[in-house]
Amino acid sequence: MTNVGIVIVSHSAKVAEGAADMVRQMVGNSVRVAHTGGNSEGGLGTDVAAIMAAIDHAWSDAGVAILVDLGGAETNSEMAIEMLGADRRDRVVMCNAPIVEGAVIAATEASGGSPLDLVKRAAEELSPEA
Amino acid sequence: MSDSFVTASAELTNAVGLHARPSVKLTQLAKSFACDLEVALAADGPWVDAKSPVKIMRVKAAKGTILHFRARGADAAAAVASVVDLVGRRFDEDEASLEEARG
Repeated sequence: MTNVGIVIVSHSAKVAEGAADMVRQMVGNSVRVAHTGGNSEGGLGTDVAAIMAAIDHAWSDAGVAILVDLGGAETNSEMAIEMLGADRRDRVVMCNAPIVEGAVIAATEASGGSPLDLVKRAAEELSPEA
Repeated sequence: MSDSFVTASAELTNAVGLHARPSVKLTQLAKSFACDLEVALAADGPWVDAKSPVKIMRVKAAKGTILHFRARGADAAAAVASVVDLVGRRFDEDEASLEEARG
C-alpha cells in the first residue's frame, strides 16, 4: 500500500470500530485503516501493545496517521510510537483532531496519495484556528 | 493556455446535496487531477479548493444548488468535465439505500 495508513485509538472498542466503519464506507479501500479500543476485560481503556499491533496492521511506507480520543489514548499512542524503533517512528504522527471526523478527513486526504504531513494538516484543519 | 480558467456549472440533484459522502467523492476525484480545481456557490466566487475535504464539507450545499467549477492547468478541461459528470450522476449514491440507512 502506497497511501498513508490510518489508526483509530479510542477508549471504547465500539467507538473505534464505528469510526473505522465510517472511514471504510465513505473513503473506500485505497487506504489501510486499523482500530483499537477498550481493555482486555472489555471495559474502557487503551493498550500500548494493541496500539502497536494496529500500527503494524495499517502500516505503509508512506507512514501512519493516528487519531485518538482522550488522555490515555494519547499518552499510550505516544508510547507505542516510541517503542516502534528508530526506523519507523519518524513515519508515524498523531493528529490533533476530533477522532471520527479527523479519521474520515485524514483518510480522504490519504486516498489522494498525499504525504503524511499533508494528511495530518488536513485532519487538523477541522479544529478552529487558535 | 494554461493561464486561463476552464469553467462549468452543475446543479446538485441528489437528495442530500453536498454532504459528507458526496464531499469525499468530490475531493477524491479532484485530487486525481494535477490542475488547480475550485468550486463556488456563485459564478464570481468565493472559490474553495475542491481538493480540500474539510473546505468542501464546509460548503454544505443543499439539493437544487448550482455548483460552479473552475480549473487551471494542463488537465483542467478533463477535471471540470469529470466533476460535472460526478454531480450529474448524483455522486453514484444509491438514494433508496440511503433513505433506508437513515431509518
